[in-house]
Amino acid sequence: MKKIIVALASLLVFAFVLGACAPAPSAPQIVKETVVVKETVVVRETAAAAAPKATAPAAPPAPAVLGARFKAINDRKKLICGVNDALPGFGYLDKATGAFAGFDVDFCKALTAALFNDVKAVEYRAVTAGQRGPALQTGEVDVLIRNTTWTVTRDATWGLFVATTFYDGQGMMVNTKKNPTVKTLKDLKDASICVQTGTTTELNLTDRMRAENTAFKPVVFDTADPTFAAYDEGRCDAVTTDISGLISRRTLLKVPGDHTILEAVMSKEPLGPSVPTGDSQWFNVVKWAVFELIEAEEYGITSANVNQMLTSKVPEVQRILGVTGDLNKTLGVEKDWVVRMVKAVGNYGEIFDRNLGPKTPFNLSRGVNNLWTKGGLMYAPPYR
Amino acid sequence: MTPPQSSASVSARTSVPFWRDVRVLTILAQIIFVVAVAVAGGYLYANLASAMQRRGLVAGFDFINNESGFEIGETLIPYQPTDTYGRAFLAGFLNTLWVSIVGIILTTILGVSVGIARLSPNFLLSRLAAGFIEIIRNTPLLVQLFFIYFGVFVRFPSVAESLQFPGPSFGNQRGLFFPKPIPLESFPAWAIFVVAGIFIALALWIASGRGQSKLPLGWLGFAALIAFPIIGSLLLPAPFEFEIPVRERFNFKGGLHISPEFGALLTGLVIYTAGFIAEVVRSGIQAVKRGQVEAAYALGLRGGQVLRLVIFPQALRVMLPPMTSQYLNLAKNSSLAIAIGFPDLFSVTATIANQTGQPVPVILLVMVTYLAISLFTSLLMNIYNRYVQILEK
Repeated sequence: MKKIIVALASLLVFAFVLGACAPAPSAPQIVKETVVVKETVVVRETAAAAAPKATAPAAPPAPAVLGARFKAINDRKKLICGVNDALPGFGYLDKATGAFAGFDVDFCKALTAALFNDVKAVEYRAVTAGQRGPALQTGEVDVLIRNTTWTVTRDATWGLFVATTFYDGQGMMVNTKKNPTVKTLKDLKDASICVQTGTTTELNLTDRMRAENTAFKPVVFDTADPTFAAYDEGRCDAVTTDISGLISRRTLLKVPGDHTILEAVMSKEPLGPSVPTGDSQWFNVVKWAVFELIEAEEYGITSANVNQMLTSKVPEVQRILGVTGDLNKTLGVEKDWVVRMVKAVGNYGEIFDRNLGPKTPFNLSRGVNNLWTKGGLMYAPPYR
Repeated sequence: MTPPQSSASVSARTSVPFWRDVRVLTILAQIIFVVAVAVAGGYLYANLASAMQRRGLVAGFDFINNESGFEIGETLIPYQPTDTYGRAFLAGFLNTLWVSIVGIILTTILGVSVGIARLSPNFLLSRLAAGFIEIIRNTPLLVQLFFIYFGVFVRFPSVAESLQFPGPSFGNQRGLFFPKPIPLESFPAWAIFVVAGIFIALALWIASGRGQSKLPLGWLGFAALIAFPIIGSLLLPAPFEFEIPVRERFNFKGGLHISPEFGALLTGLVIYTAGFIAEVVRSGIQAVKRGQVEAAYALGLRGGQVLRLVIFPQALRVMLPPMTSQYLNLAKNSSLAIAIGFPDLFSVTATIANQTGQPVPVILLVMVTYLAISLFTSLLMNIYNRYVQILEK
């Protein structure tokens, strides 16, 4: 009997030992798990990327299904637009109305107006940074307009980027009330700069400051909140992250008006809409929708004067507004599609000013996002 | 599985079925345990290896010699972004070591003081100490660090309104700035005076411990410690010049600088660990039998002497092992530095892991380094512990 008890006890001890040992390897396991999670994402990406790649060459008569998605959207009488719901200025839920609003969201509205002449015929899908790739790969959204940087990896594995709607980049915010003379990165010699770790931000910062031959003292935090809290308290003279992040965060500082974002841009982060692969007609529609909003600004067509512009004698304006020619047919859209877009949301400049411009809390100047004729990068190929 | 055959012969001999035979069961349990651990470890390793292979990653330490390309806010050794990852790692490691060593010294002083105060017959003092201990021990360190950093250190006056102290030293939300002594030619000669003063003080202090002289030898030694450097500086030309911190556009430059991140981390670690050490000290003192104290008083020793000569040497033996744990905790807790922007080992390696895309080797390196720090600390403490234990014959 005693032996049985001893045996049971030893088994029990053994169980405990096993139990105790199970968590022990779990410490390294956590590390490994994070790797594994990243792994599965990457694998999914490549798998999903491989799928369209595999089908595209396997089916050269693909032009037959040209416009499949475009047709589906038209049949559905509704556009599904992937957006952000938590980035004030770009894509967020308006507190007053409870509706989606922002710079990116306005492009969804423009597309909807172009297709259905009704800005309400759209379904917004709020996607997180992690979800947006798969949402595009699987075609769950018709178009993704969610402050997404255009890179070759994403072009090859997610979907196709159509154009750049916002030239973002790593920027620098300075308290110009305390340091009114700071205009360039060089002026920040020996300054303390708050920076968040975990992205390429630190590397970009050091690279640029080295290129400018300017010494500085970084104060590195692991998340955004303490980074901006330390900056706001005056621990740092400047803080750096993507410009869209800076303008969004600036509204949360104690006195937003005291802070200025420098003109200097430390990295290239072109943000723009992207569409699922496989339908070049839909790809073209989205691409030219963006271009025509830019051209509308270039030729001075605004939501206020678009009706008068219909009688304009300028040939380009006549073509853009569909008064002459039938360029719309090459894209498969209605003749007055640009008129509809401009009436709904205004031209590119109006969209920018309404969401990010001087009258908004973000008070962002156009900078590189100005038209090419005004020293910026916004350039649309000719509509002819 | 193979065991059934061998256990069958065992059961035949003893007529106890093998599943009840303790000898078989214990061996079986150990075999299963070893196999389970090996399988689990192998599975994890294979998982890791295949995951890394799929991503085309080759785990290795080759990156150590590559240029780091990132700046570190404060370092004890000269460091530039053009230096290697290895040197960045070393800079972070030295920062961790520095805050740990200073922290352990300060927390010991504070902890022992509070622990003794906790047992003071003075009601106010003991209640204050108890309150301190309970508040500090029962709130998370991370919360305390945020409070000390964002609530205290970065709320000091701005650079423009810096506080000026004698020296001249300056205090503002960018830290404390002191004049920095820079040795001149006569420094080595002066150093001889200082070392001589220290030796004489030590000799007198040891002699006073024997208690055979009527002269206040301890105080004489202390006087020598102070007097010798002063005499030296009077006889010789100035041994130092001072680099005074100068206000520049954004900040003070030059001199000695204590950053608010270092200050907040050090303060947080010292206060937090002192709460635990105080309790260790109290338990150590209370472990000394009441009779010892009464006997000491009966011999005519005064309060301070009782504490120093009778209670403390005995309490030390009880205190040392838990004290070691607290020192290890302090060193490991310093990795919370990343939350308040101090570039310690963990903060620097987080950046290295991110930039090199080699999280596995980097994290391994970090674990091994913390392990080495901890093992070295316990080694020193164990040697000291052996030294103070009663040698039983």
